[in-house]
Amino acid sequence: MREFLKPRRIVLLAIAAALVLWCATALRWDWLPEYAPLLAEGIWTTIWLLVVTAALGFALAVPLGLAQVTGPWWLSTPARVFCTIIRGTPLLLQIWLLYYGLGSLFPQIPGIRQTWLWPYLREAWPYAVLALSLSFAGYEGEVMRGAFAGVPRSQLETGQSFGMGRFTLFRRIWLPQAVRSALPTLAGETILQMKATPLVATITIMDTYAVAARVRQDLLITYEPLLLLAVCYLVMASIIALIFSRVERSGAGRAAR
Amino acid sequence: MLDWLHGLFGPSLELLALSPPGWGGNLLRGLVNSLQIAAGAFGFGLVIGLLGASGKLYGGPVTRDLLEVYTTVVRAVPELVLILILYFIGTDLLNRATATMGYGSVEISGVAAGIWVLGVVQGAYATEVLRGAIRAVPPGQFDAGRAYGMGGVMLMRRVTIPAMLPYAIPGLANLWLIATKDTALLAIVGFAELTLETKQAAGSTKAYFTFYLAAGLLYLIVTLVSTFLFHRLENRSRRGLPGAMGVGRCVNS
Amino acid sequence: MRLTRRATLAAAALTLLAGFAQAQDQVRIGIAAEPYPPFASPDAAGNWVGWEIEIINAICAAGNLNCVITPVAWDGIIPSLTGNQIDVIMASMSITEDRMQTIDFSDKYYKTPASIVAAIGSDVTPDAGGLEGMILGVQASTTHQDYAQTHFAGSDIRIYQTQDEANQDLVAGRLDAMQLDSTAAADFVATEAGAACCEIVGNVEDDPAILGMGVGAGVRKGEDALREALNAAIAQIIADGTHAEITSRYFSAPIL
Repeated sequence: MREFLKPRRIVLLAIAAALVLWCATALRWDWLPEYAPLLAEGIWTTIWLLVVTAALGFALAVPLGLAQVTGPWWLSTPARVFCTIIRGTPLLLQIWLLYYGLGSLFPQIPGIRQTWLWPYLREAWPYAVLALSLSFAGYEGEVMRGAFAGVPRSQLETGQSFGMGRFTLFRRIWLPQAVRSALPTLAGETILQMKATPLVATITIMDTYAVAARVRQDLLITYEPLLLLAVCYLVMASIIALIFSRVERSGAGRAAR
Repeated sequence: MLDWLHGLFGPSLELLALSPPGWGGNLLRGLVNSLQIAAGAFGFGLVIGLLGASGKLYGGPVTRDLLEVYTTVVRAVPELVLILILYFIGTDLLNRATATMGYGSVEISGVAAGIWVLGVVQGAYATEVLRGAIRAVPPGQFDAGRAYGMGGVMLMRRVTIPAMLPYAIPGLANLWLIATKDTALLAIVGFAELTLETKQAAGSTKAYFTFYLAAGLLYLIVTLVSTFLFHRLENRSRRGLPGAMGVGRCVNS
Repeated sequence: MRLTRRATLAAAALTLLAGFAQAQDQVRIGIAAEPYPPFASPDAAGNWVGWEIEIINAICAAGNLNCVITPVAWDGIIPSLTGNQIDVIMASMSITEDRMQTIDFSDKYYKTPASIVAAIGSDVTPDAGGLEGMILGVQASTTHQDYAQTHFAGSDIRIYQTQDEANQDLVAGRLDAMQLDSTAAADFVATEAGAACCEIVGNVEDDPAILGMGVGAGVRKGEDALREALNAAIAQIIADGTHAEITSRYFSAPIL
């Protein structure tokens, strides 16, 4: 703490505090109470979208990475093509392709409106979850490929000499080692994923960004909702970074199992 | 089912024709805009990155703190939000500046505004990439340069930049790819780049699937060509550097 | 030496930003960058066409204004005006009390009621009862959004950046109904996709406080000379029949 609070830092903090104070008094914040419930809902939407899509995406990234490292060509090639396509095109385009492109095809299938699937297909969130999960899987699959390839051969051989089967070897040694080495990157990727979530506002999902956009539209004010938005995302990013550094410090191997 | 598929892809190719009534020309126009913005933002970001990296490495403590704030904020706040903030603040400030200088208002073209907003975002990432690359250069090389009596700028041009390039290229290549893809976000603020042109074409013709696939293909081609070129550049810049490993490649160690 | 270099850099950055500075005698007419047929949409050649584009050209000709049409995202069109990126908004923007706190408006150049469109044969009616529990689509930042949020609070309201996306989702069956301008509604149900799925179920009850006093051209507060020039031009094209002539080519009934 002493290290952090050098005189210049105190001056900088004072300037920052003055800026915050100026923002709080000179800008218009009277709308906050009215929109607070909506904002809370939006933040909740952002959080669950992030958690669900990061989890699904990671679950998909493990086989994607593994296929590229040890899979036969008919598994590794599709995996590589998938990662290239996802990483080579903008996420916004992927979201619109799925929601408007795919979404415009479904209703043309005869009889689909009578099936149990239809209530889900007509909602926006399944498309958002799908697009965001695939995107996370594409980027993280590439990371996991490197992580799997980076686990030293000797460790795997040691496991084999203990008589571990292929699956046990994977579960006890290969996967935990790979995940541990991927963890720092994973933290960054998760923050990137959080930064990608506002794109779903373009397909009618009321996330944090959409709520701020609505405030802008309702009240015709520009900066206040955007500033609030920036603060919300800053806080969320710090929380993600904090969680990951905790996990990393508490022995990633154990946590990753 | 079969004519459902035919209805899907049958008329597509005509829609993609380069001259009206086909919309292919619009897509290509959008692509050119996207690439212009991406290239400008990448260049602008590099300038910021070079200044930022030098500031972080050699600057005073206050400079370093401020740069830390800049890179942290940009890397934690969604690009979409930053783009909106920078777009409105940038145009606001510019208008006020020109007004006080007595020029009246100026019109900012979509391309220039796009370069400004994406460039500031790119700058934060470029700062980190270049800082890492400069630190990877053995310090003896700088000492040698100074021993020859090189000044700051000369040292930068003759030693720092060429020596760090092999370390920086993988990261910069990645940044360029991010720049090309981030131009898509400008569609949301109404710039006529590839994604918005695609959306307009898709909306007017109702051939959503066709146009989004076509645009995806264009982006993919840009990515693949860029990756290929950067690989060649990387190999070139590595000549005479046996065993040098790119820092950007070390995720798996 | 250092300082000059830095100054050069700053100047270069400024030139880069202001690189496309335009002469001041031009009037930049901001339209929404998103297609809004039949009022304004780009054709395959990239030209903007539609009723409103023709009206803009007629008004500019009548008022002797050197106009440039500048597409801006609808979502940020008012900040663009106040931030000086455009000089006039002519994007089917209704004159409302809320907006008049921020910008000024010319006299109206058209006014249409708000319609509800729903799937053919659905039991939707254009009132709170008939829309209860239904998924209702509206375009963001429109009087329809305000109206729906005020009068149809029992509906699940989905907000779209463009009308076109709402149309698309009604066709795709993701919406039960949408509220939009009667002319845009008529245009939509006249399209192949619209005719196949949907019909206009009626107009909503008027609420001038929300639905506004017609569509006018938005200008920055205090720019009275420009506003007066627009008013005179609008009056002229209405008086000399240009307005009616253009309208007749797009709509079956007058929209004033």
